Amino acid sequence: MATILTVDDTASMRQMISFTLNSVGYEVLQASDGKEALKLLQGKKVDLVIADVNMPNMDGIALVKSLREQADYKFTPILMLTTESQESKRQQGKVAGATGWIVKPFNPEQLLTIVKKVLG
Amino acid sequence: MPIDMRQFHQTFFEESLEGLANMETELLRLEKAGAENGQETVTADLEILNTIFRAAHSIKGGSSTFGFEDVVAFAHVLETRLDAIRDGRLRPTRKVISLLLLSVDCLRSLIISARTGKEGDNSAIDDVRRQLESLESEQPSSPASTVPVSKTPQGKISHWQIMFRPHLHLFHTGNDPLRILRELNDLGECHVQADISSLPGWDRMKPEECYLAWKIELIGPISRETVNEVFSWVAEDCSLEIKLKPMQSLAPRSIAEAVASMDAQAGTLRVSVPKVDALINTVGELVITQTMLSLIASNFSFDNLSRLFSGITQLERNTRELQESVMSIRMLPLSFAFNRLLRLVHDMSQRLGKKVELVFHGEQTEIDKTVIDRLIDPLMHLARNSLDHGIELPAERLAAGKPETGRIELKAYQKGGNVVIEVRDDGRGLSHERIFAKAVERGIVSSSSKLTPEEIAELIFLPGFSTAESVSDLSGRGVGMDVVRNNICSLGGSVEVASQAGRGTCFTVRLPLTLAILDGLSIQVGEHTYILPLVSIVESVRIRPEQVSRPAGSSEMYGLRKEYMPFLRLNELFHIESRSTDLSQGLLVIVEAEGKKAGLYVDDLLGQQQVVIKNLATHYRKVEAISAATILGDGTVAMILDVPGLIRLAHAGTGHATPPVGDAPASTTATPTLN
Repeated sequence: MATILTVDDTASMRQMISFTLNSVGYEVLQASDGKEALKLLQGKKVDLVIADVNMPNMDGIALVKSLREQADYKFTPILMLTTESQESKRQQGKVAGATGWIVKPFNPEQLLTIVKKVLG
Repeated sequence: MPIDMRQFHQTFFEESLEGLANMETELLRLEKAGAENGQETVTADLEILNTIFRAAHSIKGGSSTFGFEDVVAFAHVLETRLDAIRDGRLRPTRKVISLLLLSVDCLRSLIISARTGKEGDNSAIDDVRRQLESLESEQPSSPASTVPVSKTPQGKISHWQIMFRPHLHLFHTGNDPLRILRELNDLGECHVQADISSLPGWDRMKPEECYLAWKIELIGPISRETVNEVFSWVAEDCSLEIKLKPMQSLAPRSIAEAVASMDAQAGTLRVSVPKVDALINTVGELVITQTMLSLIASNFSFDNLSRLFSGITQLERNTRELQESVMSIRMLPLSFAFNRLLRLVHDMSQRLGKKVELVFHGEQTEIDKTVIDRLIDPLMHLARNSLDHGIELPAERLAAGKPETGRIELKAYQKGGNVVIEVRDDGRGLSHERIFAKAVERGIVSSSSKLTPEEIAELIFLPGFSTAESVSDLSGRGVGMDVVRNNICSLGGSVEVASQAGRGTCFTVRLPLTLAILDGLSIQVGEHTYILPLVSIVESVRIRPEQVSRPAGSSEMYGLRKEYMPFLRLNELFHIESRSTDLSQGLLVIVEAEGKKAGLYVDDLLGQQQVVIKNLATHYRKVEAISAATILGDGTVAMILDVPGLIRLAHAGTGHATPPVGDAPASTTATPTLN
């Protein structure tokens, strides 16, 4: 089963996401910001990254940029968590190389639908 | 597969409240930065603004995910404002910051309402929201709620013709055209034809680029939005034509609603991972030791004795480490308590028209969580007291040659088994005359009594004492310093005051590191063992009978180095037969609490040890002179003595008289002082 990394500074979001994904058998890694995510991914391969945009230390956009520079993560799907009002962030994310986004608020079913689509 | 969202609520509530506390701290920092520049408008530090914004944003995101609509609505308005400030469209004036602080209160009360399921004061909250909404920024705000895009169900069949031509770099965004085709296929009847006309020759083909295009016929109850949504992530990474042949629709999609009901309000503790890791590590070692010991026991011979002893030594070490690890889990930095004062000082100084700077030192000092929780009120009271009675009005301060801005300093540090917290202000100091006059007026002391300045200062801790000339709604809430002292004493601590006229006042609070374990000295009285808290012991001396005096109508006094103090024979107090009635056979342990000393006559000192405190009141009932019990290594129960209680008892026996004047011969036979 695929491995997914969730990056969010909000513990409840991380918990919700990882619980939801765990419940259908995905393996889930968690990081609380971009820096931690990068550290976690050193020498490790995940199949999907779900990252929040607003985070301390290193935000989601910087994380995407940095991941895209790595050979291992050139083509890995990276989804950003954004809200309806964050059109400009979404653009920045796309430019940085994000695959797509999940609009907050979302419920577990919506999350699973999207993840299943991406991972096939 | 339904997922119960309620299990995440507790975390959400906790982190939201924490986020709000951060927001508050940062807002106050923002204001302080402005005040230092002496400007009405604050030049905002972007990092501070980002932190504030992030907190509001997270709360909004979480509350909408978990379905707390009231919180979402409010957080949204707040977020919009903060966004405007961040973009420079709205200037963070003092007025705006005050309003934002109010908003923090509103959000907090909304979250607490959501947590308890009780309705809060919505009119006040609505009022703040209106004020927020009417804040003038240079651009109109977005509408005041987020409405997830819901699709209207339509049953009509549409026939879509789609030309999907990805740009070469599509793979580099992590997108896969196959995913999109698969998704379209899930929507309805789907016919796909690949267009390979852009494929270059083998020699020029780069495997990382996308040369293919697809022509898709899609038939089903599908709306344009649905088709657009499939392509939404790649809209800028392809050229796309979507044409309708006729017909359109969408299957009804349920938007699952989050259940907003309440979790049990468990008192929880957030613990850093390294602390838990250390704990698990220690437990692992403990298991190894246990295995080793049972191995020795199962085929025991005396040859193994040395191994048994080394095993036991290891067990002792494991136990001690385990204890330390477990205790450290309960430890929190004092900044949790200190930060609560920022807001109080901010609000109060504005109301009183005083200028005050609040300074922290050593706020990373760790202390038991229970202590922190119960320390907040006394600390708030002390800070309030300093602000209300200590710090003068700016004009008064200038006249006295002091800087206009007063200073309240909170300093924490660890000293032995204690954490010491000093609350120091540079205000006018305690007015001894006024305190004395008030005490006489209240009938606490007689006007003829002669008290030292220290004794007068102590009067403020007596019940029913308040020097506030008008009972302001700030400090004089009918809660006096006696309550502060009681609260701190109930934590096993003490509070003292020192003051210098015109220079300021300093309250010193001493607290035990933890409430669960006590450093004690076991003492022998007859056949029984008692525990004395080590912190309250001053010294132990061998009694010289000639230094015992019995003033008429009071209990026995002992003179030690020119100081007289009452002493209690514990065997008499507890009705135990002593090993010997000859005083010189026993020892006198000098204990101190609340600034008073007393001697306790015991048969012997057994040794220093850490004991686990077991509450006596929950197992038996409250007993005078006993604060708790513990279980000793041999399984017997030992009582932990209540030193302040014993001292009160001893002094009550002396009829509250001042010690007789006279020179006691200096004691030279003092046994080595413990600690």
